[in-house]
Amino acid sequence: MISQFFVLSQRGDNIVFRDYRYEVQKGSAEIFFRKVKFWKENGEGDAPPIFNVDGVNYFHVKVAGLLFAATTRVNVSSSHVLELLQRIARVIKDYLGVLNEDSLRKNFVLVYELLDEVIDFGYVQTTSTEVLKSSIFNEPIMVDAARLPSLGPAAIFMQGAKRMPGTAVTKSVVANEPGGRKREEIFVDIIEKISVTFSSSGYILTSEIDGTIQMKSYLTGNPEIRLALNEDLSIGRSGRSIYDYSSSGSGPVVLDDCNFHESVHLDSFDIDRTLTLIPSDGEFPVMNYRMTQEFKPPFRINAFIEEARPLKAEVTIKIYAEFASSIIANTVLVQMPLPTYTTRVSFELEPGAAGNTTDFKEANKKLEWGLKKIVGGSEHTLRAKLTFSQESHGNITKEVGPVSMTFTIPMYNASKLQVKYLQIVKKVKTDNPYRWVRYVTQANSYVARL
Amino acid sequence: MAPPAQSQRSSSPSQPSGKGEVSDLKSQLRQLAGSRAPGADDSKRELFKKVISYMTIGIDVSSVFGEMVMCSATSDIVLKKMCYLYVGNYAKGNPDLALLTINFLQRDCKDEDPMIRGLALRSLCSLRVANLVEYLVGPLGSGLKDSNSYVRTVAVIGVLKLYHISASTCVDADFPATLKHLMLNDSDTQVVANCLSALQEIWSSGTTTSEEASRERETLLSKPVVYYFLNRIKEFSEWAQCIVLELAAKYVPSDNSEIFDIMNLLEDRLQHANGAVVLATIKVFLHLTLSMTDVHQQVYERIKAPLLTLVSSGSPEQSYAVLSHLHLLVMRAPFIFSSDYKHFYCQYNEPSYVKKLKLEMLTAVANESNTYEIVTELCEYAANVDIPIARESIRAVGKIALQQYDVNAIVDRLLQFLEMEKDYVTAEALVLVKDLLRKYPQWSHDCIAVVGNISSKNVQEPKAKAALIWMLGEYSQDMQDAPYILESLIENWDDEHSAEVRLHLLTAVMKCFFKRPPETQRALGAALAAGLADFHQDVHDRALFYYRLLQYNVTVAERVVNPPKQAVSVFADTQSSEIKDRIFDEFNSLSVVYQKPSYMFTDKEHRGPFEFSDELGNLSIGAESSDTVVPGHRVEANDKDLLLSTAEKEETRGPINNGVYSAPSYDSSLVSLSASQSQPDVAISSPTIPGHAPQSSLAIDDLLGLGVPAAAAPVPSPPPLKLNSKAVLDPSTFQQKWRQLPISLSQEYTVSPQGVGALTTPQALLRHMQTHSIHCIASGGQSPNFKFFFFAQKAEESSSFLIECIINTSSAKAQTKIKADDQSASQAFSSLFQTALSKFGVL
Repeated sequence: MISQFFVLSQRGDNIVFRDYRYEVQKGSAEIFFRKVKFWKENGEGDAPPIFNVDGVNYFHVKVAGLLFAATTRVNVSSSHVLELLQRIARVIKDYLGVLNEDSLRKNFVLVYELLDEVIDFGYVQTTSTEVLKSSIFNEPIMVDAARLPSLGPAAIFMQGAKRMPGTAVTKSVVANEPGGRKREEIFVDIIEKISVTFSSSGYILTSEIDGTIQMKSYLTGNPEIRLALNEDLSIGRSGRSIYDYSSSGSGPVVLDDCNFHESVHLDSFDIDRTLTLIPSDGEFPVMNYRMTQEFKPPFRINAFIEEARPLKAEVTIKIYAEFASSIIANTVLVQMPLPTYTTRVSFELEPGAAGNTTDFKEANKKLEWGLKKIVGGSEHTLRAKLTFSQESHGNITKEVGPVSMTFTIPMYNASKLQVKYLQIVKKVKTDNPYRWVRYVTQANSYVARL
Repeated sequence: MAPPAQSQRSSSPSQPSGKGEVSDLKSQLRQLAGSRAPGADDSKRELFKKVISYMTIGIDVSSVFGEMVMCSATSDIVLKKMCYLYVGNYAKGNPDLALLTINFLQRDCKDEDPMIRGLALRSLCSLRVANLVEYLVGPLGSGLKDSNSYVRTVAVIGVLKLYHISASTCVDADFPATLKHLMLNDSDTQVVANCLSALQEIWSSGTTTSEEASRERETLLSKPVVYYFLNRIKEFSEWAQCIVLELAAKYVPSDNSEIFDIMNLLEDRLQHANGAVVLATIKVFLHLTLSMTDVHQQVYERIKAPLLTLVSSGSPEQSYAVLSHLHLLVMRAPFIFSSDYKHFYCQYNEPSYVKKLKLEMLTAVANESNTYEIVTELCEYAANVDIPIARESIRAVGKIALQQYDVNAIVDRLLQFLEMEKDYVTAEALVLVKDLLRKYPQWSHDCIAVVGNISSKNVQEPKAKAALIWMLGEYSQDMQDAPYILESLIENWDDEHSAEVRLHLLTAVMKCFFKRPPETQRALGAALAAGLADFHQDVHDRALFYYRLLQYNVTVAERVVNPPKQAVSVFADTQSSEIKDRIFDEFNSLSVVYQKPSYMFTDKEHRGPFEFSDELGNLSIGAESSDTVVPGHRVEANDKDLLLSTAEKEETRGPINNGVYSAPSYDSSLVSLSASQSQPDVAISSPTIPGHAPQSSLAIDDLLGLGVPAAAAPVPSPPPLKLNSKAVLDPSTFQQKWRQLPISLSQEYTVSPQGVGALTTPQALLRHMQTHSIHCIASGGQSPNFKFFFFAQKAEESSSFLIECIINTSSAKAQTKIKADDQSASQAFSSLFQTALSKFGVL
């Protein structure tokens, strides 16, 4: 049960503010924002998503650079409220197509309408985009998605998760296409976030894949969908140690664990690994899964630092793309913290390197190396000469690193989990709907130590 | 239209810039009010949007209330909605104008379109104007009977809104009973869920009469109702499922097979993608199995994977909420999670609030087999660019060292930290080395060699400086320069801002003096002089104290200031086990996130639905409503409260578990029993309260060494003792006395079947006792376990009797403990008390 809900812009302006129970004072949004800002300025990192000021509990999630927040005085379930905030953001996105400050400001009346139906007197009524349709009367005012700044790798993470740039995800569930008729289509995205930590000798210390099968349906008539996964897929690693790297990496896909959306029927899952569901409108995760089974990391990173002479050192970073040459990784960014007393860095790229950017971020003493594209099987090297303002004490490798890397690889998935087929069980015969099954892999925490 | 962005400049409501715009709006609205011209609705929409956008950013637009109402006569539903939103926000401040809206709202409540009916009803109930409640009753009554489920869901919440405006109107219209009927009979699950939420709130609020409320609360927790909800749980929305699960967590099953049935039924809820559902399910599992050690441990094993999946699948915020709960479980049963330590490794891009939790978990799960790897990982973080996390990591290494695993290797690592020459690393490491030496003095030789090389000039943080000074004093015989370093520190006395450091300096120089008098004498004199002149009271007092001690006798002074020390074996834990249990009781709530029980951060009336079953009536004691009473500890160990909690709940379940434990049909995928029996105390150590294993209540009395008085039939003889019928005692005095007084009598009786029956309404007992001049000050519990605290006073003097009475209706036993100001009268009082009880039919 919540008392108030509000959305704040990055600068702290109220974009929507809805008071459901009038138990918390009016200025709560301001108190909240000041606290969040203050937290950062105090050098304590980001404010935690839940905190208490004078008996009022403040919850927030960051979505698309906006703060979705709720307050209550009651000792409620923390997950309940945070899940709800995230869900409200998703419902709004379903309606507006694009979720950002601009679209929210243009459509705030529609958002109020949604909020009225989603929550009554602090209690959740429904968060189903489909159910809500019947009680929403405002038409969304579209913002031009093309005008948006392109989604860099940072933006992908700013949205908190697994969104893939593309036109499909910027289409409102309710608005009609310019042509008048709705296009019959369904998107199934297999999105994997991978985390790998390499030791200084290149050995894999930990690795994990967190995946989601996300669905967004624009089909009319709510047909039943059947999704078939790898037949040899197994779940749970009972009896084996969790980090077992002895297996060769090929062979069956073994998930540690997974969970499913409310609408998924698992009746035949145990037999033939088929998920049956009637997708409701809007975007939702069909299945989340987690895997710590050994897999081949898409990139190998080799980095070292050498002290050339007093006040000078040289950093070398090598990246090997260990995937098929038909696949191209994009928006790759390599970062490495340098010693705090670094004053100057000069970079040296390989001859012929195209689409590379290099930068030394003076403020936080970080080296940044951006690569627009990396073709599978290729190898890239960066050399950087550092100049120091003082002598390093002893072991310089303790003063730098680790090297971290972010990237997006479309049409690649590290887990080998696959959607074998996507079947639409249609009652009425119409045109064959478009079916999109897309794979994408992103780095979550991809780190090499020195 | 104008997005609110335009008015950002004037984000504060009182800014005059908003005013002109508001009066503009007012006149424009007035022009449009009667207009039926084509396009008028569109213009109205634009104006309404403006009004709402001002409202959003906090500009007071209540002055256009009249105009808004005038404009609201429209069939445009978007306009209607905006108008309702506005009216709901400002009606309370304009009760007279709000009356104007009643008419059209009431009319809309009878509209053909269920959407309009629902909308109007919701707005009508959101006006929050006390003298308009009479207009609500009619529409609400028909709303609850509406054929459309949307209208009914709105009406149910409407009843709750009405209750908050005027409880009496709500009760007089018999709405709670209607809700109860709907809850058990409606075909729409959202209607049912709303009924449950509304009834829980109504019956746990302070305004309802305690007896009825408690009866109703009990009904909600009764087997038929709980089963009714559980059996159709999958029909509910995910959010409503959470409410049902919360209810189920409070249900007390009568036997083990019921527990397994419930768990089997809810098993697949653990695979839900919504973390709130999973956590609510886990709470049910944990609480149901609290008294069954083996199964409880199996539950831990079972919930591990789903929790870890939730942690890694959601947004950072969601995973934080789940991680907080995982953290709690790890802290309670680190052993179970020790092989999962790699999951608690920090990722470089995680927010620091997540990293902090993970570091604590890594510390907790460290054991012989994984310490080396964990410490190696932590040392990586120590060199991290994120300084707060680097510090936490070093502290974590220290804590692991204090847990005694592989100390040898860790000491080496810590000493390496000292050599890293980063200020903050050195500072943290110094503090740790000090703690380490207090526990393992045998390492002093290695440590001192390294510490001796640290220049005190490089140590600025008070805590680190104090640690260094402590070591200088403690090991001055081994550190050649000790007296001289101390001397130079004393020379800079005035520049030392931290009183803590100055206090340590005084003590250290004293210790050094006892060991190396000639070298230190000068420094000591300077320190005492500086201390005596110090403006800080404590520093001044300590200096004076040392000075007088030395004056009196140097040997005595040495015995006082520098006695031989014993190594510290266990450092005091910051949180008491009662508090931890209390937090565990409130699983899946903010208590877990804040790591504090709810009474520490919420007002009484906002404790939420997590507590109501623990309190009967409104008789709670003191500011904090209820806390654990631990029979093994007695109340003095316990801060304030005397009501029921974990301890009793376990007792409740205790008898159930007395029989031989039969293997659970629960889940075949769980670890085998034999595995868990090898470390049986793992799970126990967590949920149970020290000194209180689920035993029968007899054993508890023995524990107290009081002997158990035989249940020999007491002969009720007419006692000479007279009680004051108007006795008063405030709760805090009661608690104080309860803590201070010894138990003068402790007895156990058998409760008659009639007594068991009569106790279905515990309030009846309270009233009955009152007629015997025995007053209840607090009561609590749920069937079959009840707990009462009574008091009585002598008629002629202010001597009081305090009674704790625990009645278990399933075992038909009553236990009483009597404490008295006048111990000699306690026997007489006891007979009076028994008479009173037996007249009620309890005995």
